[in-house]
Amino acid sequence: MLSRTADNLYWLSRYMERADFLARIIDAAQRLATLPTAYGGTGSEWESTLNAAGALDGYREHVGAVNETSAIYYLAFDPQNSSSICNCLEYARTNARAVRTALTIEMWQSINGAWLEMKRFQAIFGKPGTIDRLELSRFLDFIRKASLDFDGSAERTMLRNDAHWFSRLGLYMERADTTARILDVKYNVLLPATEQVGGSLDYFQWTAILRAVSALTAYNWVYKETIKPWLVADLLILRPEMPRSLRSCYDDIARLLDNIGRAYGRPGPSQSKAHKTLRLLETINIEQIFETGLHEFLTEFIESNDALGAAIGGQYLIHVDEGTTETQAQSQA
Amino acid sequence: MANGRFFDEMTKPDGLPRDVYQRVAHWLASAPPELLASRRSQAELMFRRIGITFAVYGDKDSTERLIPFDIVPRVLGRSEWTRLEAGLIQRVKVLNMFLADLYGKGEVIKAGIIPEDIVLNNEHFRPEMRGVKVPHDVYVHISGIDIVRVDDHDFYVLEDNARTPSGVSYMLENREVMMRLVPELFAQHRVAPVENYPDALLSSLRSVAPKQAGSDPVCVLLTPGIFNSAYYEHSFLADKLGVELVEGRDLLVKENVVYMRTTQGPQRVDVIYRRIDDDFLDPLAFRPDSALGVPGLMSAYLAGNVTLANAVGTGVADDKAVYTYMPEIIKFYLGEEPLLKNVPTWRCREPDSLKYVLDHLPELVVKEVNGSGGYGMLVGPHATREQIAEFATKLKNDPDGFIAQPTLNLSTCPASFESGIGARHVDLRPFVLSGADGVRVIPGGLTRVAMKEGSLVVNSSQGGGTKDTWVIEDFQGGLV
Repeated sequence: MLSRTADNLYWLSRYMERADFLARIIDAAQRLATLPTAYGGTGSEWESTLNAAGALDGYREHVGAVNETSAIYYLAFDPQNSSSICNCLEYARTNARAVRTALTIEMWQSINGAWLEMKRFQAIFGKPGTIDRLELSRFLDFIRKASLDFDGSAERTMLRNDAHWFSRLGLYMERADTTARILDVKYNVLLPATEQVGGSLDYFQWTAILRAVSALTAYNWVYKETIKPWLVADLLILRPEMPRSLRSCYDDIARLLDNIGRAYGRPGPSQSKAHKTLRLLETINIEQIFETGLHEFLTEFIESNDALGAAIGGQYLIHVDEGTTETQAQSQA
Repeated sequence: MANGRFFDEMTKPDGLPRDVYQRVAHWLASAPPELLASRRSQAELMFRRIGITFAVYGDKDSTERLIPFDIVPRVLGRSEWTRLEAGLIQRVKVLNMFLADLYGKGEVIKAGIIPEDIVLNNEHFRPEMRGVKVPHDVYVHISGIDIVRVDDHDFYVLEDNARTPSGVSYMLENREVMMRLVPELFAQHRVAPVENYPDALLSSLRSVAPKQAGSDPVCVLLTPGIFNSAYYEHSFLADKLGVELVEGRDLLVKENVVYMRTTQGPQRVDVIYRRIDDDFLDPLAFRPDSALGVPGLMSAYLAGNVTLANAVGTGVADDKAVYTYMPEIIKFYLGEEPLLKNVPTWRCREPDSLKYVLDHLPELVVKEVNGSGGYGMLVGPHATREQIAEFATKLKNDPDGFIAQPTLNLSTCPASFESGIGARHVDLRPFVLSGADGVRVIPGGLTRVAMKEGSLVVNSSQGGGTKDTWVIEDFQGGLV
């Protein structure tokens, strides 16, 4: 298949996953921000949320001082934020149009339908300013449904060939990255030392993390005990049964890359990188991670995940500069 | 319905339907208005779902728009079609001979059939192509010849589209939608199929692959990308042909061989069905600012390592100034009378003609020699006094740039609206394929309809619509 087609499929899934993640962290931050400081509200909730989204620097440059309304607008709607939810959906659809023939009709309809619905919300949230909370929660629900719909269509309707593998690869690469980022932003509240006798001020912080990766119920099923920070880290880093854990993502990433390598008859650097990370996640335990330092572990993971992304790019894809297609079209018109 | 001034393809002046239209006329007369209304909305829904859209340049709000579709089929009888088909084959054969000659010995110029400067000063003439031998002497692999009717006998050629004609996806999708929409009407006719067009196109493309390509040549469709107005058609065709839809950046040229970048490394390409204009094909050979093209493509092409369809430089043959010489050109190459008529045309470059045109602007249609898509033309009878005055200035400043034609009384066909059945003006774009195995025409084509009552402009960029075109066995009276 064309490298550009593979590239489009890969990024299409990444953008859909990113939109979903952003919707979840906005939702979680909204809950935390309404807590009195006595319950662990830190007052810097939006700053750390912007940070988890990798958008803090851009926000400071374009907007300035952090407050809730502006942060929500920036993360969800702002055209200036290249990774706002609306821009993610816009890029996803642009990628989808470019590879329409490689998508099933169901995938196209889910993307196109979501894009049309987004236009309606954009009309409501056209400008920064006050946020209609009811409409916002509708919007965040809609985004989560859209990514469910897209994933469901991809799972249920795509042929199991390289197109499917590249598409799913994008999903798990993005998911591994976002899970690691949200953990890293919050790593200080996950350290064992923060546990206080008789419950912790950080309790709501932990549940917020779990909520952001839709793992609150999963936690209860897996551990059957009250929320402990090191178990939150264990769940999201090492548990293979947790679909957003780093381990689970790498199970899928390694499997997908193996499929591609086998089909093309020659594995390369991406396969060996993925297996190296997977081996680490399989063998290390959470105590060892805390010994070496949670923050250090996560930083290293994010870097190696980026390096894997670059290796996949070099081996199979061409990275498309999002700005170029537009200017090309103008020169033709 | 029939209007004395125009030839209506369904209804004779005496009010009775012509033979080929008997069953359609009966259907229209007997179908309750609610039924037609529900079919119209069903049709709209189907097109929306398929996502068949086109973009209008300079229209920011509706970057993707549906073309209006009319549910009443346009019907041509087999004998009418056979005449038209013979004329199209003759015309396209000559277009290929003409191009081979212009880029070869230039006999048509030496014989004084066409003035040399019309060719040499033409912006679509490509001197690079001089002396180049293209496979099987085929230049125009795909053409869309625009045809209009003014009476029940003659077919007129309005334009020869020999560059990258579009619209064939509408021909195919219109038929698909109609088969689901009006099965009862299909059951009463034997309609020649159009669905084999992609197969026919693919075999034409494969037949012109370079010799060294082997028995299984690799074809691709080259698109300018998703912002192009015809992008939907490009992806639709690539899908039907089963070939990769590539953009310029997917191709690379190494030692005069073209490759596409795939997940398994570079793969050699033999035939490129390109939907990019000459100017944008290769920044090294043509416009250096083109980011759509492939650096080095032209030298690979000249080296004979890849076939481009259509060939480079075909624009000189479908130019509106060259058009006026087509009847003589046909006689020159074939020694035959042209089977299709040319619309009488004044060449504004000739002083007498210019004077006539300036004196008669309110009754003429004036077109830019290099224009397309209905942009930049004047329809005299529908223009305001100011528009006419403005156009007169443009004409005087650049007479070479314009031709003028009488306002044609384009034929009308019935179309279905909320307000009932109304006659609307139509034209027809049949698609003609040329390959090593000769020239063939798919029975049917794209009928474009001026949806506004009385309007003569059928271009989709100007609000025109489309309808399905049926070639049926001749039918002799009586209802089933």
